[in-house]
Amino acid sequence: MVDGTLDRENVDAVLNDLDEYAVEEALRIVEAHGGNEDDGPNSVTVISMGPARATDAVRKALSMGANAAILITDDALAGADALLTSEVLAKVISTEGFDLVICGTESTDARMSVVPAMISARLDWPQLTFAGSVTVDPSLSHVAISRITEAGVDLIEASFPALISVVEKINEPRYPSFKGIMAAKKRNIETRDLAAIGINAHSAWSQVIDSQLRPPRAAGIKITDDGTGGAQLVDFLAESKLI
Amino acid sequence: MSTIFILADFVNEKATKTTFELATAAARVGDVAAVVLAPIGQGVARAATLNTSPIASIIIVENSDFQNHGVRACADAIAQLISQKSPVALLVASHAFGKELAANVAVKTNSGIITDAVDVDSNLTATQVIFGGSATVHSKVSQGISIITLRPNCITPDLTPSSATIENIALTISDSAKKATVKSSQAPVKGGRPELTEANIVVSGGRGTNGDFAAVEAFADSLGAAVGASRAATDAGWYPHSHQVGQTGKTVSPQLYVACGISGAIQHRAGMQTSKAIIVINKDAEAPIFELADFGVIGDLFAVLPAATEGVKSRKS
Ligand SMILES: Cc1cc2nc3c(=O)[nH]c(=O)nc-3n(C[C@H](O)[C@H](O)[C@H](O)COP(=O)(O)OP(=O)(O)OC[C@H]3O[C@@H](n4cnc5c(N)ncnc54)[C@H](O)[C@@H]3O)c2cc1C
Ligand SMILES: Nc1ncnc2c1ncn2[C@@H]1O[C@H](COP(=O)(O)O)[C@@H](O)[C@H]1O
Repeated sequence: MVDGTLDRENVDAVLNDLDEYAVEEALRIVEAHGGNEDDGPNSVTVISMGPARATDAVRKALSMGANAAILITDDALAGADALLTSEVLAKVISTEGFDLVICGTESTDARMSVVPAMISARLDWPQLTFAGSVTVDPSLSHVAISRITEAGVDLIEASFPALISVVEKINEPRYPSFKGIMAAKKRNIETRDLAAIGINAHSAWSQVIDSQLRPPRAAGIKITDDGTGGAQLVDFLAESKLI
Repeated sequence: MSTIFILADFVNEKATKTTFELATAAARVGDVAAVVLAPIGQGVARAATLNTSPIASIIIVENSDFQNHGVRACADAIAQLISQKSPVALLVASHAFGKELAANVAVKTNSGIITDAVDVDSNLTATQVIFGGSATVHSKVSQGISIITLRPNCITPDLTPSSATIENIALTISDSAKKATVKSSQAPVKGGRPELTEANIVVSGGRGTNGDFAAVEAFADSLGAAVGASRAATDAGWYPHSHQVGQTGKTVSPQLYVACGISGAIQHRAGMQTSKAIIVINKDAEAPIFELADFGVIGDLFAVLPAATEGVKSRKS
């Protein structure tokens, strides 16, 4: 069994935290089924698309215990939207061939919550997204998740190959051990450009017309509670026609 | 006139307020066709709740595959309807299901997609607020039909009564859209309060509640508000995760957001910064959340909230 996880570098460095849940879950799955081994059937490959600086994030996943890493980097991908990102990642996944692909789920960056769905649609793989738990039975090529969204909890199952995205409460990501960090330093991060994966850069599916910084909010009223704070708050609600 | 699809959104068999917001935005562009995807035998009852806002026609598709196979099966149906009816755009609600449906339809129809729009104009130019509320972006789809997901509560719905024509369409869902099987579904536990993303007012509590949400809930109830929480509060197990507001929680844009005992970390702001009015109660005068406040009280939430709750009750009575 092979797992790949996806990582997206973004303006906000904290986003990488969220992909750690995906790496952790992939490691737990291979460990629960005999342990991971380089080039063996039981291994974890990290796949990331991003600028060259994304190697740091990829290295972190290797130090947690992933066996191999592929970074797709190409200047033509700067500013890539979700559709292009999913096209690139789906292409690499189908070339490599995995049983399961696990992604993080992120919601601030609007794109991240659609990229996993898009990858699964492009691969024509079952979509098992927003997983709060994952159960795998490799002998039956069977995978089940509990999907946790505002609409409730669904139990969803499918056969390999399948795409999973995980929510942050699924696990507690491990800290890389000293041994893991040293081992990760020796590992090769394979970089590929668009030509190597066989995709032509093409025009985007949507265009930004303009963008503006929003004016900071006008300074409001600030009072110190002297026992009448609650009453003054209610006056403000009434004056603003909020009650 | 061109046709524009909206995906009608239902909770407990009733069209949500977001559905009417979608219809109101879509009507700026063309004739609104509301698509109702329903389990067998429930389409007509659901469609009957679409009785307000500018909806010209309702398309009902009943199929058991929607419950049994989830998002992908629904997206398959929408993609089929798009090739039958050639709408210029599809508008859906920006929640997990809506965004994933939109993502699948975008891939299937090779169309561009814009997520989390806060507004859409008559040219299908969408407005998004990014970077935790600090910038506004206008963008437009340039390929295929315009697929746009719209955040709840961002535009005022036109609730004029309507009488739409109804069409029933039978579709066969493709096998490839049925590769995942939904074994069971459990609806979220519902309190008596409004849904967080749809509420006009949200009152949130953070670490400052020290685990006691009673004062926050009482104030929320006096205003008919939903209750939110910071991640510090949900991580501590003080309030359900489904109520978390912020980067990894929900994004809300109510008329009024009240932050109680919340410091205002960037990840929290990302989920509430587009609220129309913001009230802050925090005992630390330096808490960064005060930067957002239209009205801020430096004080103890356990003193301020009960007094405010009494004040609201006496004005309402
Ligand atoms: C990847 C990532 C994602 C995250 N996602 C989210 C998210 O979605 N949502 C989110 O909220 N956070 C999120 N966080 C966490 C965020 O960084 C903050 O840690 C969190 O928002 C802090 O919550 P808080 O404001 O309740 O707690 P604190 O920062 O501890 O603030 C508590 C405040 O309460 C005040 N206070 C204490 N007692 C009282 C009292 N009696 N009366 C009045 N005021 C009082 C204090 O002065 C203080 O300002 C995320 C963090 C990361 C790294
Ligand atoms: N040189 C690059 N190679 C590959 N991917 C990139 C590159 N630059 C940006 N990206 C990715 O493209 C997407 C959009 O990024 P940005 O250019 O920051 O808007 C993100 O997923 C980035 O990780």
